Amino acid sequence: MEKQNCYHCGDDCGSDCIEYDQKCFCCNGCKTVYEIFSENNLSYYYDLQSSAGSTPAKIEGKYDFLETESIVERLTEFNDGNIQIVNLYIPLIHCSSCIWILENMNKLNLFISSSQVNFSEKTVRITYNCRKTTLKEVVLLLAKIGYEPYISLEDFDGKKKQIDRSLIYKLGVAGFAFGNVMFLSFPEYFDLNSSEAAGGEFWLNQYQSVFRWLMFAFSLPVVFYAGSDYFISAYKGLRSKILNIDVPIALGVLVLFLRSTLEIIFDWGSGFFDSLTGLVFFLLLGKFFQQKTYSFLSFERDYKSYFPIAVTRINKDGKEESTQVHEIKQGDRLLIRNEELIPVDGVLFKGRAQIDYSFVTGESVPVEIEFGDKVFAGGRQMNGSIEVEALKSVSQSYLTQLWSNSVFKTDKSTRFQTITDSIGKRFTVGVLTVAFLATFFWLFQDPSRAMNVFTAVLIIACPCAIALASPFTLGNMLRIFGQKKFYLRDTNALEQLARVDTAIFDKTGTITTAKRSTATYEGMPLTQEEESLLKNTLRASNHPLSRTLYDILSDYNIITLDDYEEHLGKGLEGSKGDKYIKIGSSEFVGNMEVSDSLNTAVHVASNNSYKGKYVFHNEYREGVSKVFEEMSDALQLAILSGDNEGEKANLEKLLPKLTPLYFNQKPEDKLAFITSLQDQGKKVLMVGDGLNDAGALAQAEVGIAISENINVFSPACDGIMDASKFKQLYQYIVASKKAMKIIKLSFLLSLLYNVVGLYFAVTGQLEPVIAAILMPLSSISVVVFTTVMTNLLGRKLD
Amino acid sequence: MSVIYVLLAISITVAIVFFIAFILSVKNGQYDDSYTPSVRMLFEDELVKQKKDLQQSNLDTSIESNN
Repeated sequence: MEKQNCYHCGDDCGSDCIEYDQKCFCCNGCKTVYEIFSENNLSYYYDLQSSAGSTPAKIEGKYDFLETESIVERLTEFNDGNIQIVNLYIPLIHCSSCIWILENMNKLNLFISSSQVNFSEKTVRITYNCRKTTLKEVVLLLAKIGYEPYISLEDFDGKKKQIDRSLIYKLGVAGFAFGNVMFLSFPEYFDLNSSEAAGGEFWLNQYQSVFRWLMFAFSLPVVFYAGSDYFISAYKGLRSKILNIDVPIALGVLVLFLRSTLEIIFDWGSGFFDSLTGLVFFLLLGKFFQQKTYSFLSFERDYKSYFPIAVTRINKDGKEESTQVHEIKQGDRLLIRNEELIPVDGVLFKGRAQIDYSFVTGESVPVEIEFGDKVFAGGRQMNGSIEVEALKSVSQSYLTQLWSNSVFKTDKSTRFQTITDSIGKRFTVGVLTVAFLATFFWLFQDPSRAMNVFTAVLIIACPCAIALASPFTLGNMLRIFGQKKFYLRDTNALEQLARVDTAIFDKTGTITTAKRSTATYEGMPLTQEEESLLKNTLRASNHPLSRTLYDILSDYNIITLDDYEEHLGKGLEGSKGDKYIKIGSSEFVGNMEVSDSLNTAVHVASNNSYKGKYVFHNEYREGVSKVFEEMSDALQLAILSGDNEGEKANLEKLLPKLTPLYFNQKPEDKLAFITSLQDQGKKVLMVGDGLNDAGALAQAEVGIAISENINVFSPACDGIMDASKFKQLYQYIVASKKAMKIIKLSFLLSLLYNVVGLYFAVTGQLEPVIAAILMPLSSISVVVFTTVMTNLLGRKLD
Repeated sequence: MSVIYVLLAISITVAIVFFIAFILSVKNGQYDDSYTPSVRMLFEDELVKQKKDLQQSNLDTSIESNN
């Protein structure tokens, strides 16, 4: 039969295609979404982009908490008892079809008055009439059409986000003033207002003071509003006795403004208002470029952004009720449904627990928990509902208490000095020396020009180009990295990455893949018949190890078993004819040997005689040993794993000799390990993936989270890297080192301009027009140089 | 009053009008999302479908009248 893809989601339908309206669907969920769309005349959705949809997930009872008024109040942006506005994060938004359908929500629910998508942030803002419909209905409708919103504890706890637009305002003010001042300076540039005797224009000459005072008026908002950040930063720097790059900038702006004002008051000249406004405009432009972030990614996430807001609690009368997770107390009984997250540490009370801790540890194989055993917060129940009795409150659980560590409260960017600031210190000292020497010289030569020279030096040496070199280079590199699926939080992270000398890796989920694991067989070889029986017995089992093993074994024809039995937590039994097979734990199959392996293994016995075992291994990412080999020359490497030592031998084979391996590391241990390296003066790069690495990621100079799907959860970090790019990790580090070289070269370039400018300044010949040409020219050439160089660098990266 | 005052006043007024327009557009959030509007403007209007229906019915009536 010809393979058909689902009309709605594009998945392969396999052999069982559900036909409806002459179209093929992979499942009933997809068919339902199509029905909803076509009934409401919304099938344009499929014209925009074919197979854009996604299969709706089953959500029974999941959003019951949205009935609670206090929760709705916290989630909505606006609520007057009549109209409610809510902004929902929908990770699935990915194409124009998504935008279209979500903005046509009002056709599916008449009480939704408008919905607006922000594509880059993957959010939709929905306005609806809350007398006629509820938030729960809106969310359920979204889920029903395959766009399930992601509502987490963070939305509940977080304050309403204020968008900071001040930089755009400042840029606008500076650009507006810059343009107008340039325009008003034209008479001065062309010397039209020189005296009538010299052939100048009489009427422009007469009104020159009007032009000058207008320029003064335009420069006021630039100095006192647009440039205010530089004064504040310079003041802060000086107070903590640091000469950062903003000190010479603030000095330059201030001197420019004062001298220009004095010049027009006493009619000495036209002032430097054009250079002043231009300088601030270019500086802000650099800042704007540097500020570029990936709005669809969050680098600040902690456990809150993926914990649920509410869970179902079973109260004393045996009734289910929805409770906020903060209100869970010790001893509460909680109902955890399939695919739901366990918010607190607890004891399994009822049901079969198979818990996926992949968010926490990166390990993808679910763990089976028996009655009375402990379950930890952060795990996801995979198989039916269970009941759990809470042992602790949310913030005191094993995982969540990591966030009380002070490392999560300090701002990383204040912990190091950027290359621009370290240059700024030397630069300031140099400029001040030149300024005083020149003034000193002129005091003896011609005291009337001393003040002129002093201010001219400070003006021309204003390090505009130096301040631009770093934001443009790093900003551009950040964008290039982003195109290659390596997303860094900001330019500081890139600068730090260039400096690292130690790289620490988590094991599970970081250097191993989350998708598959491999198993090797050890023991007496199985016959064809036995393997066939083995595979067919495994077919019936839902246990994750059975599923994995089933996928690994080669294909056999389906045979109907005469007898099949699954023993919970022990293993499987199956028989066909006179063949009888037992699969499961060592004791279950009757293995007498004491197992010395720490790895997970499935044992097999045929007709009551022990055959052997399948030992499971993590599958390592492609190119792991190559990456380690490349890096081992330049960096110190180590592995920090939360697992046992079962993989030690495999890792030793894979990694360069003598790579230190540490096992059984708790989240706090990882953090402490990084701190101890830093105490030795190391600059540490931490590469991890799960929440258990969160502390180490935050403590390290650069923390990079590896993610199979960058839109899904990743812990707070400085960079998120697509898992497919892992093998190029070292190339990114090399590229960032080269970017620092580009910055240093552009410093040299701008210093050249400064030397030329200083020549005019020191000799007392600095005309406003020279300043007006030199300052933008140096800035523009630095911007062009860095852009061209970084793009060349980016081309080498693949 | 000299013409230069008039000219300066006009030019600055025009500039300030645009400046205010810019400030208002930032305030309204036009700079918050610079991608979605570029996609949104490419969507066909709802009217198109009705027009098609109209054309279809026109066609039908014209066929009928021909008969």
